[in-house]
Amino acid sequence: MKAAIIGSTTLAVAAGLGFYTWTVSQNANGVPCGDTSVASAAIGGPFELVSETGEMVTDIDVITKPTLVYFGYTFCPDVCPLDSARNAAAAYILEDQGHDIGTVFVTIDPARDTPQIVGDFADNFHDEMIGLTGTAEQVDAASKAYRTYYRKQEGDPEYYLVDHSTQTYLMFPETGFATFFKRDHTAEQIAETTACFIDQLS
Amino acid sequence: MKLNTLFTAAVLSLTASVALAESEIHVMDTTVFETAPTAMAGGGFMQIMNHGDTDDKLIDVRADYPRVEIHTTEFEDGVAKMIHIEGIPVPAGGMATLEPGGFHVMFMGLQGTPFVLDEIIPATLVFEHAGEVEVMFKVVARGEHGNMNHGEMNH
Ligand SMILES: [Cu+2]
Repeated sequence: MKAAIIGSTTLAVAAGLGFYTWTVSQNANGVPCGDTSVASAAIGGPFELVSETGEMVTDIDVITKPTLVYFGYTFCPDVCPLDSARNAAAAYILEDQGHDIGTVFVTIDPARDTPQIVGDFADNFHDEMIGLTGTAEQVDAASKAYRTYYRKQEGDPEYYLVDHSTQTYLMFPETGFATFFKRDHTAEQIAETTACFIDQLS
Repeated sequence: MKLNTLFTAAVLSLTASVALAESEIHVMDTTVFETAPTAMAGGGFMQIMNHGDTDDKLIDVRADYPRVEIHTTEFEDGVAKMIHIEGIPVPAGGMATLEPGGFHVMFMGLQGTPFVLDEIIPATLVFEHAGEVEVMFKVVARGEHGNMNHGEMNH
């Protein structure tokens, strides 16, 4: 019941994200990068989560360079791997261009996604992809900070499914949120827009 | 005696219709993607063609895992939602495509038995009319450097 209530509040925020989807984003110098953005205020910020080695980490530890951040769960055999593989592909493109780029996968299913499971999942796509989990409270706080939506479906205690939003956020260590990408953005588009922000912000 | 004849006729016609229907369903590109060693679930994908003149439906998938279901994924305002469905229609003369982001076979409870590259996962597809069809899912990589986008799905 608690989860359901949390879910409906964050859904309203997710709907808000959609509203801004078609506005053209601008970087710090007022030059457009890519085709999507949201008002940059209040997305992201401090979080406290648990790394794949079981250590407590904060946003300062995790976002040490331009970073693509995605929220999903490893029990999802379909959408999350596809989006994670795409984000990894974008990172490989950017690395080939000489950019330093990080990728992060935050589980919204901490009950099943142990540090090891989320770490293995992330490593499957990119050696450097960071997998994060935490307590239910930590994950919920991080999800709220990033305005993502998730809701555990009713059903089997072991094989339950979780609805979740699928945006990928581009975050910078100093300036925070830059833009977000939707599922239908390709690795190439993400790489191009990210490179644009990196060039302008550094 | 009369009853016996009727019974034989019924069995014969049943056998015939199953055999006929079976020959109408063709399954291609049965694949699952390799998973991390500790993965709990994996998705199965394929194309199903119905060369017959009767609509059919994939109603069950059996494999040696604790739970196997037919799922679809729906998207609403950027939120992905997996849904357990009763079946996937395969229209007469048409086809059904199971691919990432849509219909998939959901293999659950993999713990300790991940999908390892190039391995084969035997499964039984159950169709409403064609009955059981044995298939082999091949474990494939997600692509070089995970470099796969929606336009490059090889189905
Ligand atoms: Cu599923």
